[in-house]
Amino acid sequence: MINDILIMNGYGLYVWSAFAFTLVSFASLYFITKTQYIKERNKFIVKFGTLNSERVSLAKSQGMNKEILSNTSSI
Amino acid sequence: MFKYFELNKIFLITSKAPRYVLFLFIIVLSIGLLEALIFSPEDYKQGDAVRIMYVHVPSAWISLGIFSLITLLSIIGYIFKIKNFFLISKSLAPSGFIFNIIALVTGSIWGRPTWGTWWAWDARITAMLILALFYLLYLLAWRVFEDKDKVFKATLIITILGIINVPIIKYSVDWWNTLHQPASINIFTKSSIDISMLFPLMIMTAAFALFSLLIFLMKYNTELIKIKNKGLDRL
Repeated sequence: MINDILIMNGYGLYVWSAFAFTLVSFASLYFITKTQYIKERNKFIVKFGTLNSERVSLAKSQGMNKEILSNTSSI
Repeated sequence: MFKYFELNKIFLITSKAPRYVLFLFIIVLSIGLLEALIFSPEDYKQGDAVRIMYVHVPSAWISLGIFSLITLLSIIGYIFKIKNFFLISKSLAPSGFIFNIIALVTGSIWGRPTWGTWWAWDARITAMLILALFYLLYLLAWRVFEDKDKVFKATLIITILGIINVPIIKYSVDWWNTLHQPASINIFTKSSIDISMLFPLMIMTAAFALFSLLIFLMKYNTELIKIKNKGLDRL
């Protein structure tokens, strides 16, 4: 049965390569996007760490800044 | 109405959503792959080569849908000066482009056993290639122009020119003699595709739509953090 699924009456190479290309494209786009996200978030955390206490309290008054800092587990 | 477009409020939702969308995507994709590769029947003419349809057709649909949405958002964003709509469009473009490339490549792979050629300058294939070029131009415009007004104008022009191509892709099979068969799925009339093939096609379409939503959310969150990074510089 596994041979039938792999060979697909001679069309296996075409079918599997089409699905493989799709899944590899998905994985590549996902990891590129994730890397960009982590890079920007880390940049934000570093910048936030350099702020003085007055600026930290000002920045923390914005909900989104708190969310970026708390959302470390991300995607 | 525009208070709902506040970035702080949007980010509270979009920052949490990707993990759930990813989970749902993996489940739907797994079901779709099982249906497409194992449970769905082979075609009486094309044999097992028909299974390529389950990645080719949803990719083409989604790339067309995303480009149409980008155009609509760019036009509304430009008219009503809603910058967030341009940000949403920018975040949608990478997945639209990838789906366009997948449609072209899987179409080429499908063409070999069914038409006996990897490539033909058929009206629909050529129009899809042109759409990929418009996607590329759109993505490049965001990289090339520094000034926000310039990039908004440039991307608006690109999408308006590109959208002309969308009905050409859809109706090319009716207007010209092409290698592609006429549409098998119709919303308003009875579809000619059997339910045993329609079901996996719909599952795979749902999985691909979830993937584009996932990429959109991740990209959009990245763009919002970029804005916040600039905001910290100004504090």
